[in-house]
Amino acid sequence: MDRVPLERKVLSENDRIAAELRARFQEHGVLCLNLISSPGSGKTSLLERTLETLPKHDRVAVLTGDIQTENDADRIKRFHFPVKQITTGGTCHLDARMIERHLEDWKLENLDLLFIENVGNLVCPSSYDLGEAAKVVVLSVTEGEDKPLKYPSIFFKSDLMVLNKIDLLPYVPFDMNAAAENARKVHPGMEIVKVSCLTGGGLHEWMMWLEERRRAHKALVETAS
Amino acid sequence: MHEMGIANSVLDAVRTEMGLYPGKYPCKVGVRVGEMAAIDPEALRFCFEAMIQETDLALLELAIEVCPRRHRCQVCEREFIVRDYDCSCPQCSSLATLCISGDQLELAYLEVEEYGPSSVGAKSTQ
Repeated sequence: MDRVPLERKVLSENDRIAAELRARFQEHGVLCLNLISSPGSGKTSLLERTLETLPKHDRVAVLTGDIQTENDADRIKRFHFPVKQITTGGTCHLDARMIERHLEDWKLENLDLLFIENVGNLVCPSSYDLGEAAKVVVLSVTEGEDKPLKYPSIFFKSDLMVLNKIDLLPYVPFDMNAAAENARKVHPGMEIVKVSCLTGGGLHEWMMWLEERRRAHKALVETAS
Repeated sequence: MHEMGIANSVLDAVRTEMGLYPGKYPCKVGVRVGEMAAIDPEALRFCFEAMIQETDLALLELAIEVCPRRHRCQVCEREFIVRDYDCSCPQCSSLATLCISGDQLELAYLEVEEYGPSSVGAKSTQ
């Protein structure tokens, strides 16, 4: 019997495509953000609020993933930014090949910002690099403040936690400080913004974070080129 | 539940690697799964075993090494295992520590064996 070392990542094929995507995003100065949450936490609502706030001429596009239906793309289309639905047909996450395929007929040089709305799932999407510059995790107050401890991987890997549905705080037992503390236990120093996509409360903080990331990304791309 | 896809990727890698070893069969594949990798080792094992049944890889054993989350202190350079999400340095108490391991999902090794009398089962499934 011989033991031979393999020493490579299990998802090396996904990671190879993701690295190619990341290089293309970098080359064309596209900031790509991967939005991840449980089903129903408000990823699509956050995108709707974001797109209605951004200037109409902004170079923004959205890829939105779900297991079935075009419902999310239909919701997002009304803002007249390019949007494509990725229907996985059963798969519980997006992978880099799906992103590559759905970007085929878009010209990245016409974009500055690409949102990828992942399939609603706090577990599986965290294993698949999509070439994004950052992952953003959305948690809603109805889910409980212990989610970061129960699903640490995605909170560990996300740059920002968007705490959504804060308009429901008077009606649900949710400890905001404990939620923030739990998130920062898993991911020390994690940035957190608190929003209500229903009332619009706190969204300026999210938009400021987004603006800052776009500015920093632009500076990075300009330095590199 | 993405462990089925992960198991499939492991098996693809084994099949590719076996191209380098004609006349041998794979008996064990070792993978490393970080505790922050969002992979359930038991689910991975279940999927793996379901997928190899009645295939040429039916005798392939999966060895999973679960790797804890490790940090390195940026102040005193001590490396330590993070327990109960406590990321502070046990030596100097600094909070300036960086994760160096614990989210990996890696193929570590493959054990291959010559076909022989003891591998009748492996041959018969081809």
